[in-house]
Amino acid sequence: MPKRTDLKSILIIGSGPIRIGQACEFDYSGAQACRVLRREGFRVILVNSNPATIMTDPEWADATYIEPLDEETLAQIIEKERPDAVLPTLGGQTALNLAMELHAAGDLDRLGTQLIGADVQAIRKAEDRELFRDTVVAAGLHVPLSVIVDAQHGLPTDFPIPAIVRPAFTLGGFGGGIAHTRAELERIVATGLAASPVGQVLVERFLGGWQEHELEVMSDSAGNCVIVCSIENLDPMGVHTGDSWTVAPQQTLPDAEYQRLREAAFTCARAVGVVTGGANVQFGYDTVTRDLVVIEMNPRVSRSSALASKATGFPIAKLAALLAVGYTLEELPNDITGKTTAAFEPALDYVAVKAPRFDFAKFPKTVPLLGSEMRAVGESLGLGRTFPEAFLKALEGRESVPKTWELDRRGEPIPERWDYLLEAARRGLDLPGIHTYFADEIRSIAAAEHEVAATGDVAAAKRFGLPDKRIAELLHLPEDAVRARRRIPGRLAVDSCAAEFEAKTPYFYLSYEEEDDYEGGARERILVLGSGPNRIGQGIEFDYCCVHAVQAFQKLGYETIMLNSNPETVSTDYDTSDRLYLEPVTLERVLDVCAIEQPKGVVVQLGGQTPLSLAHGLAAAGIPLLGNPLGAIDLAENRGKFGKLLDRLGLKVPAWGVADSFEEARAIADRVGYPVLVRPSFVLGGRGMRICASEEQLRHAMEGAAPGTLVDQFLQNAIELDVDVLCDGQDAWIAGILEHVEPAGVHSGDSACVIPGPSITPAIEAKVHEMATALTRGLDARGLFNLQLALKDGELWVIEANPRASRTVPFIAKATGIPIIDLACRLMLGETLADLALPEKAKPTRAWAKEAIFPAERFPEAADRGPEMKSTGEVMGGGATVVEAYDRALRAAGRSRHGGRLGPTLQESLP
Amino acid sequence: MQIRMRKAHLVLEDGAVFPGVAVGAPGIAAGEACFTTAMAGYEEAVTDPSYIAQVLVFSYPLIGNYGVDASRLEADRVQCEGVVMRRARPAWSAFLTEQGVVALEEVDTRRLVRHIRDAGTPLRCALGEADVAALRARALDEPPIDGRPLARHIGPDDPYSIGSGPRVTLVDLGCKRSIPRRLAQTGLEVHIVPGTWDADAIMATKPAAVLIGNGPGDPSALTGAIQTTRDLLGRTPLFGICLGHQLLGLALGLETFKLPFGHRGANHPVKDLDRGRVLVTVQNHGYAVRAEGSDVRVTHVSLNDGTVEGIAGPDFASVQFHPEAAPGPLDALPFFDRIAERCRSAQT
Repeated sequence: MPKRTDLKSILIIGSGPIRIGQACEFDYSGAQACRVLRREGFRVILVNSNPATIMTDPEWADATYIEPLDEETLAQIIEKERPDAVLPTLGGQTALNLAMELHAAGDLDRLGTQLIGADVQAIRKAEDRELFRDTVVAAGLHVPLSVIVDAQHGLPTDFPIPAIVRPAFTLGGFGGGIAHTRAELERIVATGLAASPVGQVLVERFLGGWQEHELEVMSDSAGNCVIVCSIENLDPMGVHTGDSWTVAPQQTLPDAEYQRLREAAFTCARAVGVVTGGANVQFGYDTVTRDLVVIEMNPRVSRSSALASKATGFPIAKLAALLAVGYTLEELPNDITGKTTAAFEPALDYVAVKAPRFDFAKFPKTVPLLGSEMRAVGESLGLGRTFPEAFLKALEGRESVPKTWELDRRGEPIPERWDYLLEAARRGLDLPGIHTYFADEIRSIAAAEHEVAATGDVAAAKRFGLPDKRIAELLHLPEDAVRARRRIPGRLAVDSCAAEFEAKTPYFYLSYEEEDDYEGGARERILVLGSGPNRIGQGIEFDYCCVHAVQAFQKLGYETIMLNSNPETVSTDYDTSDRLYLEPVTLERVLDVCAIEQPKGVVVQLGGQTPLSLAHGLAAAGIPLLGNPLGAIDLAENRGKFGKLLDRLGLKVPAWGVADSFEEARAIADRVGYPVLVRPSFVLGGRGMRICASEEQLRHAMEGAAPGTLVDQFLQNAIELDVDVLCDGQDAWIAGILEHVEPAGVHSGDSACVIPGPSITPAIEAKVHEMATALTRGLDARGLFNLQLALKDGELWVIEANPRASRTVPFIAKATGIPIIDLACRLMLGETLADLALPEKAKPTRAWAKEAIFPAERFPEAADRGPEMKSTGEVMGGGATVVEAYDRALRAAGRSRHGGRLGPTLQESLP
Repeated sequence: MQIRMRKAHLVLEDGAVFPGVAVGAPGIAAGEACFTTAMAGYEEAVTDPSYIAQVLVFSYPLIGNYGVDASRLEADRVQCEGVVMRRARPAWSAFLTEQGVVALEEVDTRRLVRHIRDAGTPLRCALGEADVAALRARALDEPPIDGRPLARHIGPDDPYSIGSGPRVTLVDLGCKRSIPRRLAQTGLEVHIVPGTWDADAIMATKPAAVLIGNGPGDPSALTGAIQTTRDLLGRTPLFGICLGHQLLGLALGLETFKLPFGHRGANHPVKDLDRGRVLVTVQNHGYAVRAEGSDVRVTHVSLNDGTVEGIAGPDFASVQFHPEAAPGPLDALPFFDRIAERCRSAQT
């Protein structure tokens, strides 16, 4: 069945700001959909409130609305644009819920448009817990014993405990939980009812100890269904799948049992009525009784779809968009082989393990226990030829090491469970609570470690999958000595067909096998390093920068190579760069890719702190870094040197000192005066940052503080400015000055900001430029740097200078229409600002504001803004005036004005 | 603790060498090198008699994850000559050893699959703990599969039945257990007879329909079976699966030819031309039927390479793929329902 000819224009609904449970995977899926639907000749209209997304760049859609995602705004956009269809299946739960609201409000009929990808009936059947249960049971499948609780139906007194509460229509299990006592159950039901937009929860028998599996289904209008990928949770039931370690394909089910799941997934998808596109079905499976139950289904592209796409090479979102406009699977090619059709099921000859990344340390008041509510903020994917290799890559890519080793808790659903299990295996302890297959594989890692420690056989250890760093620890050698004793791994393609056909798509991972034949181009190569798993303080903004860099270098005639481990991102889409390596962003893997690719230069400044921290190691190994970042990194990270430089340049900086103990901190505070800002050096997102107004508070803040803690004079009630600067070593060009709405002291990532800043007079602007120029020369910075300034009593103070792309780059690029990253790439390659022929000044296209989004519903303490960053995402709003823009941003954030420097202050400063 | 590593090799007739570690029985095994891309179902695969005279390479790297269960075997013994893997679980290796099968792990199976894929024509190989030269000689010594009947006796000595209902007679030339099992589940009595029986003997079992099952080897070399098939045509509704499909084609005057590296896996898309649907099918065949220029109706084609996957006529139908799955997707199961319908309508 070919493409529908009755459709000319399609509205795609984005997923809004990054939240827990809804991250950059929807930028990835939405961007894929935009690209492919435009290529098919549709007029694409996009609405999303998230400025950090790639998809909201002007070139992705015919019309892009950076507007609040609510029914009223969407109806206005539909009224204006009159799209023939609305595609709600690529923007997560947000888009799906909005589609239902548009339907309920009668907007779709009134404005003569229709939903494609999933219809109202299917969405309702999948999302309404009771309807879903009835539908699935009628189709002959089993579900766990459950009751629906809502306004009409109370909680039965005899419901068996433990039980799990799943609210209807919420994201990432929000509002739900696992109850082990009757009192707990009543409490969670009450929270769940409040969290559900329709006031409905499902109370379900808790299947403790069962295995959890997910299947990714694609179906087309001809009735064909395929499974793109099976995903097995390493954690047993009870841990949200977004919080669980997972492996693809499934490892522990015999084929016949797996086929039962496959058939059940199709039955479920057909019963719910997902006709065209992707869906994901979750199952519980009891390995002893072989009982199989359906847990839930998402009638849309999901986080798991993104994972499945990256794990298999099968572009789910792209195909979901094409299926939604009428194509059938067999009509669509398998891009990876270029020969075969999309109507097939990928065969893997490797394993893909996903590790969740948590940020509980930011929320010390929240008990770090995992349950049915998702808490993970990001994920890293490891691809390997064996389970241990993939597992260890995921672990490495996660960039997080437990603070304590409470091995007696290794059987509990806690964030460190798999770290503890591995450590327990090393010590010969038992591995409770997990499937014997996974326990055996974890033990095999410990055995391989013992083996290499005993034999020193590095080659065998590498083929097994141990990272250099671990081998170095075991052999008491420096990491580069291990490196010198091994070969370079082979480059293996993620080809969706286990090498049965020749792959056309350059998507690779590394392993110790002979490498695939692959002809790279003859052009010079540039390697861009991504930012690894999302975390608070380092997220989609950096992916935005990396993707732009890849595109910019391509335009400049280079072959671009991307390295990243984050499966949610656009950067790990095989269509983004000339070659993609899905590998942990660590020195070992980057050096290996450099050995294979021999790049002209490596870009470390655009992926946040993760790649930046590799700069020294790369330089020491003789790898050319673009944009001369080393000196700048040193200066920015070495407070002593930086202070001297600022003194030399005559720039003001709050008085400061470095303390190794409370006594030293107190001496500094006495010198500079209270309040002081205490912060550990080398941190991201202000981890552990505190403002101390008294000696007592200082004593508290210094408890357990690491040596080298910075103690700064704190400028009270100053206005903070975020400045992104393009520079060529000599001159600086200000791409944007953002004025924070909250006073200095609130982390810049958590503060709302506006442009043009009402406090920025021409004199201040000139002064900022002067300071930026001085710093450019002082740091010999080329490319981009970010400056944080405090404005107090007409004076500007330097708070921080970061020699890298900042979180605010995408916002400023959107607000001014200036392709900041493209320009920065040219500067990194040695062009000068004069070569770029820039206008004298960057001007915002209108007034713009951005507001931060906090995970307060999952971490209650996240509601208070402070010096430590807690937000997960941001929204953008525009208007004729700064106040209007700020209002719009607040609306997009689903919030009315409160806190911070309120509107009146801004209004007063308006002309 | 680590047992002494048994260094071993796989050597192809073209001289390519793949080091590995022996985890199965001692000795040397030889056969035609072929690979399957199925990611689960290792027990079913190695016991499928179609793999006789072949060395089976698993492209999926982790084999043996969920142990071994006799109920999942497709025959009473391992049928392939040797097994080649990247990583095998101990219980699985123990099973292969006990079955007397030479098996390797730690082999760069991806490179091996690429090598087989790119060779253009199937390669003989030998594997074991012997030195490389001896293995190469053994590989070259191995007679090619093409054009010869296979040495091993397969199929039952005496007929037997499972299930109850209208009778379908199944000609067993090396048939997987799942085929009679699936037929019986549709409410048929499945009467299994040796592949050596002629048409009269088969017709004497008074079948409502006859199914010729899968089996190993070059179909064009099975002149007796081709004759039997020809004799059955028109006398009873006749069905074929895999080898049975190829024999039916040959009996109809079509040719079979050898594929460059076969179709083996659980993800092969096939277009059902009658129903307009795509089936994800299980395949395990090195030969295919050529139908161009004939008036035989093609009902199924491979979406991967366009080869014939099914043919049909007024009183026959056959498929190249395995509707019984085991291992793999069940998309094509309705093929058995159609046999059952035919048997029931023949009875009334």
